[in-house]
Amino acid sequence: MSAPQSPDFDLDRLAELARLALTPEEKARFAAQVGDVIAYISQLKEVDVTGIEPTAHAYPLFNVLGEDIVRPGLPVEAALRNAPEQRDNMIVVPKVVD
Amino acid sequence: MTGDLFYRSISELSDGLARGQFSAAELTQAVIDRTTRVDGQVRAFNSFAPDDALDQARAADQRRHAREVRGPLDGIPVGIKDVIAVAGQPLTASSKMLANFVSPYDSTVTARLKQAGAVLWGRLNLDEFAMGSSTENSGTVKHGEAWQTRNPWDLSRVPGGSSGGSAAAVAAGEAIVSLGSDTGGSIRQPAAFCGLVGLKPTYGQVSRYGLIAYASSLDQIGPFAHSVEDAAITLGAIAGHDPLDSTSFSTAVPDYRSELKQRRGPWKLGIPKEYFGEGLDPEVGAAVAAAIDHYRKLGCEIREISLPHTKYAIGVYYIIATAESSSNLARYDGIRYGHRSADASDALDIYYKSRAEGFGPEVKRRIILGTYVLSSGYYDAYYLRAQKVRTLLRNDFLAAYQSVDAILTPTAPTAAFARGATASPLEMYLNDIYTIGVTLAGLPALSLPCGFTRSNLPIGLQIIGQPFQEANLLAIAQAYERDHDWSQRRPALS
Repeated sequence: MSAPQSPDFDLDRLAELARLALTPEEKARFAAQVGDVIAYISQLKEVDVTGIEPTAHAYPLFNVLGEDIVRPGLPVEAALRNAPEQRDNMIVVPKVVD
Repeated sequence: MTGDLFYRSISELSDGLARGQFSAAELTQAVIDRTTRVDGQVRAFNSFAPDDALDQARAADQRRHAREVRGPLDGIPVGIKDVIAVAGQPLTASSKMLANFVSPYDSTVTARLKQAGAVLWGRLNLDEFAMGSSTENSGTVKHGEAWQTRNPWDLSRVPGGSSGGSAAAVAAGEAIVSLGSDTGGSIRQPAAFCGLVGLKPTYGQVSRYGLIAYASSLDQIGPFAHSVEDAAITLGAIAGHDPLDSTSFSTAVPDYRSELKQRRGPWKLGIPKEYFGEGLDPEVGAAVAAAIDHYRKLGCEIREISLPHTKYAIGVYYIIATAESSSNLARYDGIRYGHRSADASDALDIYYKSRAEGFGPEVKRRIILGTYVLSSGYYDAYYLRAQKVRTLLRNDFLAAYQSVDAILTPTAPTAAFARGATASPLEMYLNDIYTIGVTLAGLPALSLPCGFTRSNLPIGLQIIGQPFQEANLLAIAQAYERDHDWSQRRPALS
């Protein structure tokens, strides 16, 4: 299915916003594929939505409160078990500030 | 004695356990043996732990011995989609991003299944992060090869998706029932493709705590089973309010199994004309028409209805779902857990490279699309507009429910399609046409076997219920199931 690519669709900018490094091959492929989908979803522009409220959830609940009581949390060892790198009960990351 | 245990119903099995005809350990061993025998072909499982399952089964046998049986699921092996956390077990979402992740805690649904005595069995394959309709987007690598689930009815075909492993495992006798998750059809479509009952509950009826988030306003967990009664029993174990999920509703959970005996109809059933148009395979259309006829013979009033915004459902879905997923998947940054690139130089580089290496192509496409529809300048045109059209779609259903109790449609336009089909992403998305509107409206719906194609592939009837009326939905399904033997058929796997 081929469709005109949306003129204001800047893949490099989107990849930057999404923190995704894309290869040149991925860029070429995704530009066409995502462009197709954007062209398709643009059909929503034909719907008259004047005065229609948006639906964020089908059955919205508001102000769901929990009781403010102390409960045991995840032990440090369990919380760190999936860390890519750890030391002294902390997650190791590259230096962020010089 | 224990030869075909893996294909029996929960009520037969719990009866056999009660009579001492076999133990939970023997039942679990039968399921393990079956899995070991067929999963090399079916590839439903990302992983499984026989010793852990047998430990759970022996605990069930001890409870039985002590007369502390917890109910019909006590000792029954239940497969779990690999996006639902089970404490101490892998949780991969079939993604390289989480290939080595181990759940630090239980999801609410698995905690409740344990409470009910179920034997949690294996981690079931899916399209990566539940994004897909064929399980071909699975990023699982096992025994050195790409591990994509096959349809047990025809191994050259897909099982559907995203919960393809959950469906294939039950269809192949590798679990008695299983849990999947449904965001745009990910329980119902694989249930249809694999000849099973698959139920997506009302949004808010089952806790999402411990479910890896894809699109949070749509995701729901639900069961796969061979029969309506098995689905009812499994739903009963997992449904109900959970303070750990702020979108969980505090409606009462009926005893779905005993409600099946109470609710006999006849019902007023709506047939939406928009669901029977172009693109519907004639064999599927004929099977669904025959099912509708059967309901008419049962005394149900069949009414043609209209859901006029149906044609916009896929557009709305791929805006809302990708927007939510681009936000939800931002957490996979390579810092605290998940894949971290080995050749990143600084923190920002870790984000870019870990995500590039950890995510597969469909996930990347959806993150990019979601980022686009949420980005400054396009939010009103896409995301906000999609939410408004979502209101119109929902209103279509609510208006229809003024005059009908439930709605009948095909689950998918075709039976299971071939693996490796070269459809574009957009063409794949269009296959979800019958399941997606339901999710956007937050309604409960199930897929029920209603026939087979000439090439012996299962066909699914979708029954869409009113909000929080799962008991009615199940009863309507059972009224049809009682008079047909589709659900008794099994694939010819060796």
